[in-house]
Amino acid sequence: MSTLLEVSGVTVSFDGFRAINNLSFQIGPAEMRAVIGPNGAGKTTFMDIVTGKTRPDEGHVLWGEKSISLIGMSEAKIVRAGIGRKFQKPTVFEEQTVQENLLMALRKDRGPLAVLIYKPSKADLEHVVKLAEEIGLADALLRISGEMSHGQKQWLEIGMLLAQDPRLLLVDEPAAGMTPAEREKTTAILVEAAKTRAVVVVEHDMEFVRRLNCKVTVLHGGAVLAEGSLDHVTKNQDVIDVYLGR
Amino acid sequence: MNRSFIARNPSVLVFLALLGLFTLVVSVLSEGFGVGLISTSFVKTLGKTLCLCLIAVAMDLIWGYAGILSLGHFAFFGLGGYMVGMWLMYERTRQIVVNSLAEGVLPPTPEEIQAAIGNQIFGVVGSSEFPLIWFFADSLVLQLAFVVLVPGVLALVFGWLAFRSRVTGVYLSILTQAMTLGLSLYLFQNASGLRGNNGLSGLQNLPGVTAPQSAVSLWFFWASALALGLGYLLVAWVVSGKFGSVIRGIRDNEARVRFLGYSVESYKLAVFTLTACIAGIAGALYYPQAGIINPAEVAPIASIYLAVWVAIGGRGRLYGAVIGTAFVSLVSSWFTGGQAPDVNLGFYTIKWVDWWLILLGLSFVFVTLYAPRGMSGLIDLLVRKSRGEDT
Repeated sequence: MSTLLEVSGVTVSFDGFRAINNLSFQIGPAEMRAVIGPNGAGKTTFMDIVTGKTRPDEGHVLWGEKSISLIGMSEAKIVRAGIGRKFQKPTVFEEQTVQENLLMALRKDRGPLAVLIYKPSKADLEHVVKLAEEIGLADALLRISGEMSHGQKQWLEIGMLLAQDPRLLLVDEPAAGMTPAEREKTTAILVEAAKTRAVVVVEHDMEFVRRLNCKVTVLHGGAVLAEGSLDHVTKNQDVIDVYLGR
Repeated sequence: MNRSFIARNPSVLVFLALLGLFTLVVSVLSEGFGVGLISTSFVKTLGKTLCLCLIAVAMDLIWGYAGILSLGHFAFFGLGGYMVGMWLMYERTRQIVVNSLAEGVLPPTPEEIQAAIGNQIFGVVGSSEFPLIWFFADSLVLQLAFVVLVPGVLALVFGWLAFRSRVTGVYLSILTQAMTLGLSLYLFQNASGLRGNNGLSGLQNLPGVTAPQSAVSLWFFWASALALGLGYLLVAWVVSGKFGSVIRGIRDNEARVRFLGYSVESYKLAVFTLTACIAGIAGALYYPQAGIINPAEVAPIASIYLAVWVAIGGRGRLYGAVIGTAFVSLVSSWFTGGQAPDVNLGFYTIKWVDWWLILLGLSFVFVTLYAPRGMSGLIDLLVRKSRGEDT
């Protein structure tokens, strides 16, 4: 299987502390992957590196068939290359409607001039409605997103990610603070998305990871500790020692 | 969603209608063309107020919508005034000089005329040479282009440097203060070529125009009203669509907009430059009505007042910026113009000229703490009441 994203030998330190230590990671074009690990394992820093927020001291981050290096590219440019990220806290534009949020995320020319004269076409509006249906917000299109529940905001943010039509989705703790029913739905949305693109989910919650039913990468001390199916990694003695045993 | 933006923003039409009505009423009551109930100097005050409202609309775009608290937009306002002032002063002086030299025996050479104009304009700073920046002062068209271009280019360069380095929040505000302070200090120098602290004066006299000030004041009043109407329309259109969504997004969560793939810096730069151009136009209309411009006009305090007006009016709504600016600046000129009667308390006399600033400061604090939506919040309340909704 070809790889969509290849991270190899990446190291980054903050004030002498090695947050990421010679980390290597690969993912294919249509794959679901869960990344787990204790606090401080470097999960969020890993995402920061891929999305251009943090620049690694060493190593390579290569993207796509042409193996373009993402290091040094601006965040916005990396997004336009096809990497979408969902943050831990749901961050939607609270003063704007669901529709406005989704329209902003829609994959379109992002230059100021093009945006200034942009008028949503019928196809765009239909696309937004379709997205809203996927994330269960079809009835809430004209609602101000700040008025919605925590779970609905999480879905809206996932919807905004899908609207960008990225080839790789990075999702940070999507199930945090959700009710069991909301979790189930979130799982379904993510599994559906992973059929056509790569999805990386960072998660603490083992039950949620089990439901995703995918390959798992365990991070510890900024490096990969184990990789494989959930059953495989949970039997690994190292993993039990540093993470599950606690 | 696909209706025209006017249909989606009925407040724009209401505003334009009220502005038109106001213009008509003032014209009818004016000395120049009407019954004379409104004095020429008050027409000028109203015209100047409209220009201040225009820069306030620009301020609302950059602060209220894009969330960038620029405390330097009066630099652009002043530059617009200087650009048009250069032509006004040059051309009027030239006509006077040509007329007086024509009485001589020999017809004057172009060099003699030029030297005499230079003497007239720059004698006050001990020079008679034309500085290089006056090279195009004889061309009205070019100087009018500079009204937009000079503030625009300054904003483009300054904004590019500041936004590219990701300077945000209070640091950006301080930087813009430094910019306007720097400009002001530079203009104070006689060597700046714009007559130092004397500034440019006599701007109320249009060269080659014999009409009385009562008429000229109305022309400028109309032009100011037109500029405000067009500026309001332009800014309302800019904030109505997806561009508005993006800049409001930048205000609320800059990083998130970046992670949607938008180049936040380009948007900030675009807004900064556009508002600088609008400010330049507002200044170019303001100073011929004021009659004089000097470096004190672009002192840092002016831009701070601008932020206070917009805050009191209610930022994030264009009509709020207009209401706040019109109200505060008119009340301000009433209090500081000596028209407000002093209050004698026996042991102490309240002189409004001194106390007005304290009043203004207190109301700013009050609005910030208790009425973040400012005066336009009251309008919201009335609209909701009239619709019979619960607040």
